[in-house]
Order: sequence, then structure tokens, then C-alpha cells
Amino acid sequence: MSQARRIPELLVPVLLILATAWLGLHLSIYFQAYFLDTLVKVSIVVALYVFIGNSGVLSFGTISFVAVGAWTAGVLTVPSEQKQFTMPGLSHFLVTHTVGNVASLALAAAVGGVFALVVGLPLMRLSGLAAGIATFAVLGITYNVLTHEQKIGPGLNAFSGVPQTTGIWQAAIGGIVCVVVAYLYQRTRFGRMLRATREDPAAATASGISIHRQRLLAFTLSGAVAGFAGGIYVHLQPLQVNGLYLDLTFITLAMLVVGGAGSLLGAVVGALALNGIFDFFSAATNTVDVFGWHLKVPAGTAEIVLGVLMAVVLILRPNGITGSREFSLPRRRRPVADLEKARATT
Amino acid sequence: MTLAFLNLSWPVFADAVALGSIYALMAVGIGLVFGVLRLVNFAYGQLMMAGAFALAFGAQWGLPNWESILFCIGVVVALSLVMDRLVFRPLRGHTPAVMLVATFAVAFILQNIALIAFGSFGKTAGGLAYLQEPWDIFGVEIRKIAIVAIVAAAACLAAIQLLLTRTPVGLHMRAASMDFETARMLGVRANRVITGAVVISGILAAVATVMLSVEQTQVTSTFALSDTIYVLMGVVLGGLNRPIPATLGGFSIGFAFGLLGGVLPTNQSQYLPSFIFAAVIVVLLLRPNGLFTRATGAVERL
Repeated sequence: MSQARRIPELLVPVLLILATAWLGLHLSIYFQAYFLDTLVKVSIVVALYVFIGNSGVLSFGTISFVAVGAWTAGVLTVPSEQKQFTMPGLSHFLVTHTVGNVASLALAAAVGGVFALVVGLPLMRLSGLAAGIATFAVLGITYNVLTHEQKIGPGLNAFSGVPQTTGIWQAAIGGIVCVVVAYLYQRTRFGRMLRATREDPAAATASGISIHRQRLLAFTLSGAVAGFAGGIYVHLQPLQVNGLYLDLTFITLAMLVVGGAGSLLGAVVGALALNGIFDFFSAATNTVDVFGWHLKVPAGTAEIVLGVLMAVVLILRPNGITGSREFSLPRRRRPVADLEKARATT
Repeated sequence: MTLAFLNLSWPVFADAVALGSIYALMAVGIGLVFGVLRLVNFAYGQLMMAGAFALAFGAQWGLPNWESILFCIGVVVALSLVMDRLVFRPLRGHTPAVMLVATFAVAFILQNIALIAFGSFGKTAGGLAYLQEPWDIFGVEIRKIAIVAIVAAAACLAAIQLLLTRTPVGLHMRAASMDFETARMLGVRANRVITGAVVISGILAAVATVMLSVEQTQVTSTFALSDTIYVLMGVVLGGLNRPIPATLGGFSIGFAFGLLGGVLPTNQSQYLPSFIFAAVIVVLLLRPNGLFTRATGAVERL
């Protein structure tokens, strides 16, 4: 396939993000909040995709890297004079050191990446169910430590005083950065090697690919993207550790699965579509008007809708609504190709 | 007493054994279904949550305790069968990871249905609260529930062991969990074995629910959620494939939680989940088949 035909693979996800940002820009502040939230979710789901999508290995660990990134960026950007009031247990070093918005995002990505590297070094030897359970344990540890450790953050309390720099542009640019990183990675030989291990581990190993090394690379990159997304997230709203545990894990996994875990387009489309649905039902807990109908649903409906969608997609269409394919332009059929297809099926 | 070091007292020890017993029941329930379906049921805790609400309704309607318990068993088993029919059966043959994600979704659906139906404060299941009172055994005060839980768990486990080793159904179940395809070829009915495992697993969930509800009388949508996570860890720790290792794994986790939680000061015991999770990771790395199994050494091909 020529390089020119590949352009839409990256362009379409980026355009989807820009379109979302543009729509959000032209709405009231109230509705804009939903679009901001959606854009941050895109970043998190792309982080999930970088590892799960390319390696085919289940991981529940990504949200712990989001949490670590959020903690890094949050703690480092609260003004020093406020820290002693809002986070009285904070260690001296963190009280005295404060950085700006962009630096905090870079540090969040770095901390997320390093954490993922350290965790992944032993864990990437596992696969299948064992990998799922072990990464779940990582999530549990992160949640437990962040909840109780007052030296590194606000504990169970919500962050307060983090500069809210994530406007529509920071959210959109952040999402685009994540998408571009994910795309560039999957086009490198490392990305291809990892995808080869996903399709056939035995053949990939026989071709000289180290499964452990390739998975570790993707896991680390996924951790960095997740940390970065966490940084963007904490600059959007006062986060709390309970918001970075099972619920977020479930919601983002649902987005990836429904969109199609095997493609970048699937991750982006899944995040946009499902977050739209989720926000609609969340908003409907205080009545929304749909074509003159006053719709009011109890809290929790959004989660049920997402859960049902996820289960239905897993059962009926395991490759998600995009079929885990990247975007490609429709091609003119050539007789030779048809002939070959006919030959292959017989 | 000999256990006086480390603040350890007999009541704490008894409570730890009791929690271990309850977790062991849950572990067997999860392990049986895994054996025949290769499915780790994350929604097991939500089955128990439904059972706990059944108990709460029983108490509200003024049913005698044994009727409430029967109602609880009925609700949990019925819900297990529905779950099997609607979700597990269509997913049969998928990879264990995909099925784990699917049950993760089911867990959230059930949890939020309960949230909508019963609100965030839930209901009270106080019918068995009198079991919190202590019995005086040779001068040591041990809560009745600890004794009841240990006895009930021992009875259930003995019954399961007899069922698995002495009846045709049990033989089929063990055969199916060793090699499902070969078992089917030799005449084991797949659906019957799976339904059997699901029903027994449901009954065990109901019994564990009754025990847990003595302590947690306030039933909310997150009832048994964290317990299930710990038991899942324990089952993997012990070895998912066989009932006895799974049971031992579940018991160890519950016992460790009960014992360390009772002995350590709060500023240390708050990190207890982290230590348990870390232990699970270490075991997974060193003994991927579990602590209490012999390594088979064979790599699965295809």
C-alpha cells in the first residue's frame, strides 16, 4: 500500500478530535464541560489502546498510570502557599517545588512512563488471565497507596487549587498528541513486531522477536501516554482518587472494546461515541429535553447502558463497531483482486 | 494464652479463621465455574449483593430466618442461571481475558441496577445480627458467627468434596475441568455439567452472603465488591484450576486479612490490601500456576 493511502489513518482520528473541539467551542460553558471531558477520555482510551490494542494482552493497569500522572501534575502545580492548607501532610520537597502547566504535563508523562516500566519489567512475562489479574493488583495497590499516603497528595480528598488550564484547546491538543504518538508507534518496526506477537506468538518468537521486550516497550509508552492524559485530566477538574479506580477503568475499557480494541480509529471512535452516550444519560439525571420530551432517568442509568453495550458488542461483534480496522478510503475494485479473492475462498 | 504475642488473641484468631472460611466458600464457587467454563466471574460479588438484598427483604417482610435464607439461595441461583444463559453461554470459547472483561461489564450493570432500585443507602438485613454476640468457650469469648461460619464452611466444603469424588455429576465436572473437549467426546453433557457448576457456585455464593450479612447488616450496591476482588486474588494465588488449591488460596487471603487486620495498628493495616496485592503479583511471577499446585510444565499449543 502506498504511503499516500495511509494518510487518512492518522488524519481521520485527528479530524474527529478537532471536530469535537470545534463543536464544543461553539456551545455554552455548560455543554462545553461535556466536550472537554470527552476529549480527555479520548486520551485515556488511546493510552489503553497503545498496550492492549497492539499486544492483545488484557491490562487493568492503565488507570493507575493515569492516577499517578494526575497526582504528579496536580501536586506540582498547586501554588506553594496553598499546599500547606489543602495538603497538610505533604512532604517538604513537594511543598517547596512548583512547576508550570506544560512542565507538569511532561513530568506526568515521565512519571507514568517510569512507573509503567518498573511495573512492566517483571509483569510483562505474563499473558492472558494472569496478566489481567496482576495488572488489576497494580491498580489496587496504586489506589490503596494514593488513598492513604498524605505525603504525596491529598489522600481521599479532592485536589483543590490546581490551576484549571485544560480548556478546549489544551484538551484537543493533548488528545491529538496522544493519537499521533500512538500512530507513530504502531507504524514503527517495534509496533509491527508487537502486533506480530499478538497474531501468532509462536511464529513471532521463531522470527527472533522478543515478546517480553516488545510488550515492555508498549507498556511503558502506554504508561507515559496515560500519565500525560492524567495530567490533562487533573488540570480540568478537581480529581479525587475514587474517580480514578474501578469506575474509570470500566468506562474506558468499555469504550475501547465497543470501538474496537485492535485499531486506533476504534479507540477514538469508541471514546467519542460512548462518552457522548454516557454524558447524555448522566445529564438526563437532571432532565434533558429531547425533541420536546422531558427525559429524566435515575443516577446509574449511564453505567447500565454502557455495560449492556459492552456486553452486546463482546458477544455479537468482538472486534468492535470499527471491526478493529483503521480508516481507509473505498477502493476501486480490480478484476485481479477479485480473482485472487475467489481463488482464496475455494 | 500462647497467642498473646503480637496482640493476638483467640477471638481475633477465630474471626480470622471465620473470614478465611467465608472466602474459601467464595473461592470454591469461583473455581468450580472456572473449571468448566474457563471463566473468571468478576460478577460473583454482585450475585452475593443480590442475595444480601433478598435477605434484607426477607427481614422487612418479617419472614423467619430460615425462609429468608432459602429466599436468598433461590434469588442467587436464579440470577446465576440467567447470567449463564444470557452472557456466559454466548461467550463460550472466547479467551478467558475476553470473558473476564464481559463479567466486569455484568458486574457494573448489576451494581447500578441495585443503585437505581434501592438507592445509595440500600437496605438493612438485620435478621441474623444476634450472631454477633459472643459465646463463652473455656473462658474465651468467641462470637457466635465465627463458629457458625467455620462449621457451615466446613460442612459445605465436605459436601462439595463428596459430590466431586463420589457422584457421577462430580466425576463429569472434574473430567470437564481437566479437558473439556475430551470429556465431551467421552459422553459428558456440556450443558448439564456447566449448569451444575453454576448452580452449586450460586448456592455457595448464597451461603457466603448469609455469613457476610451478619457483619455487614447495611446492604448497599457495593456489598461484597471488595471481598470478591480479594477472593479472586486468592483463587489465582492458590491455583485456579483445581478446587482444593483454589479453596486454600481463598482461605489464606481471608485468614491473612482477618489476622493482620486485627493485629496491626491502623496506620499499618490500612496498607494491608497493598501487601496482599503485592504478594499476589510475586506469586504469579514465581508460580504462574498457583502456590498449591504442582507445576505441569506443559506449554499449551494452539
